Amino acid sequence: MNAPAYNFAYLDEQTKRMIRRAILKAIAIPGYQVPFASREMPMPYGWGTGGVQVTAAILGPQDVLKVIDQGSDDTTNAISIRKFFAKTAGVATTTATDEATVIQTRHRIPETALNENQVLVYQVPIPEPLRFLEPRETETRRMHALAEYGLMHVKLYEDIARFGHIATAYAYPVKVNARYVMDPSPTPKFDNPKMDNSPALQLFGAGREKRIYAIPPYTQVVSLDFEDHPFEPYRFNAPCALCGAENSYLDEIVTDDKGGRMFVCSDTDYCEGRQAAGHHGSLSAAPYKDKAQEAANG
Amino acid sequence: MADQNLVENDEPLLVAKSLSKSFGRINACRDVSFSLYPGEVLAIVGESGSGKSTLLQMLSGQLAPSAGHVSYRMRDGVTRDLTTLGEAERRFLFRTDWGFVHQDPAQGLRMAVSAGANVGERLMAVGWNHYGRIRETASDWLTRVEIDVARIDDAPRTYSGGMRQRLQIARNLVTEPRLVFMDEPTGGLDVSVQARLLDLLRSLVAELNLAVIIVTHDLAVARLLSHRVMVMKGGRVIETGLTDQVLDDPREPYTQLLVSSILPP
Repeated sequence: MNAPAYNFAYLDEQTKRMIRRAILKAIAIPGYQVPFASREMPMPYGWGTGGVQVTAAILGPQDVLKVIDQGSDDTTNAISIRKFFAKTAGVATTTATDEATVIQTRHRIPETALNENQVLVYQVPIPEPLRFLEPRETETRRMHALAEYGLMHVKLYEDIARFGHIATAYAYPVKVNARYVMDPSPTPKFDNPKMDNSPALQLFGAGREKRIYAIPPYTQVVSLDFEDHPFEPYRFNAPCALCGAENSYLDEIVTDDKGGRMFVCSDTDYCEGRQAAGHHGSLSAAPYKDKAQEAANG
Repeated sequence: MADQNLVENDEPLLVAKSLSKSFGRINACRDVSFSLYPGEVLAIVGESGSGKSTLLQMLSGQLAPSAGHVSYRMRDGVTRDLTTLGEAERRFLFRTDWGFVHQDPAQGLRMAVSAGANVGERLMAVGWNHYGRIRETASDWLTRVEIDVARIDDAPRTYSGGMRQRLQIARNLVTEPRLVFMDEPTGGLDVSVQARLLDLLRSLVAELNLAVIIVTHDLAVARLLSHRVMVMKGGRVIETGLTDQVLDDPREPYTQLLVSSILPP
């Protein structure tokens, strides 16, 4: 039972080489979707098979891995993938953004600014931004090749015509390096500005669709918009109920069946860090904990 | 200015030289040559299988000819062979200086997006980036093709056949093309709707000084719209001339048959 049952980080070395070649090509052509021979992973499609393969290909023994799902470190998906790599690669794992060297994410970019020594790996369900406008894959590839992106604006036009403003709130299309239009995976558009000129390498893996694409460090990423309807990141207008943050992306949490709800940071690490530093929101438990502590001591 | 227009109109817009296309042993189109001048409407008539649609596809650069070539005078005044254009240039030409009206509007329209976006798509494709102006131009064009502006946000799948066809025309004309290809634009419409559509087309063609190549098997359409007619049979052009001349005084036996097979009203 002591013999390792898997190769380091689960995938065999040939597969990792194949994925690394795709990653290198993706970095060389920012925003371009590189096809790769996606493997079956021990999890269903839609659970991050693409992201897991990219992570497996870039992970080294010295890396520290953080996995988030909708910003949270403690949901099923995040915990399973973290455990998966702890077991198959034996790498150190963390929930602290600034300690991690590789961060695999589903649907969020951490609030804490990333640095040059970090790689952000996104799990992507549908890599093609033009998919629901143009069903033919041959045609969308040609449109990318010829940089024919009028159709992308048709989608934004439809939003304004129907709702009076650009109602696309997630998977908001961006133009990378003034060339390729890219789907930033279903991250909220609140996170789009963080992609622009980021010091960290950003890699995107779509397992079912068999595509890898990338944004190299310090690359221009522009959210598409109209002159008279400019891009605006959306955030619910309230402080976090736990840590009082005014500038983080919030999740709505239903607290009872009488319409009660609270808004808290979706990035759990960021929220906990702020609470530990003494910031409190309106529904924070800290004052009660302090009182209980005093009572116990007194 | 007037002189310059004269010179511009004096040179052909599109020239086809001995165009042929064969699919294996079938010669769909044989040795077709003609010139089309700015503002001229040319009708290509003939029965099914006579090679009309193949010819139209070759002329519009969608199908590579087996022999011969097509040249087009671009907006900068330079005449170029279509086969030497790169794909990007050809596609750009197709959505700016050209239009293509399909028989089935579902082929030429995006049925799931609103009429306004259908008309605006070409503008956005050439870099328009101001929602207000795109919408204004789109509603302007809807008015011109007699579609109620109140329906600008409805998808064409909620439109009637005649409205769809008019929307397709607006979508094609919004970039002010100089040449429009039409493949049976009135096919499948009932007679009164056909009449309105033809009326609209005729006034737009005159107003915008459009050159049109229209493929039809309906001689009445050819008579109403076109200046010149080309009659095709078995892949060859068998007769060509001014519309009234060909239709009122046909020379070839096949053309005589074609003309005489129209039911008198």
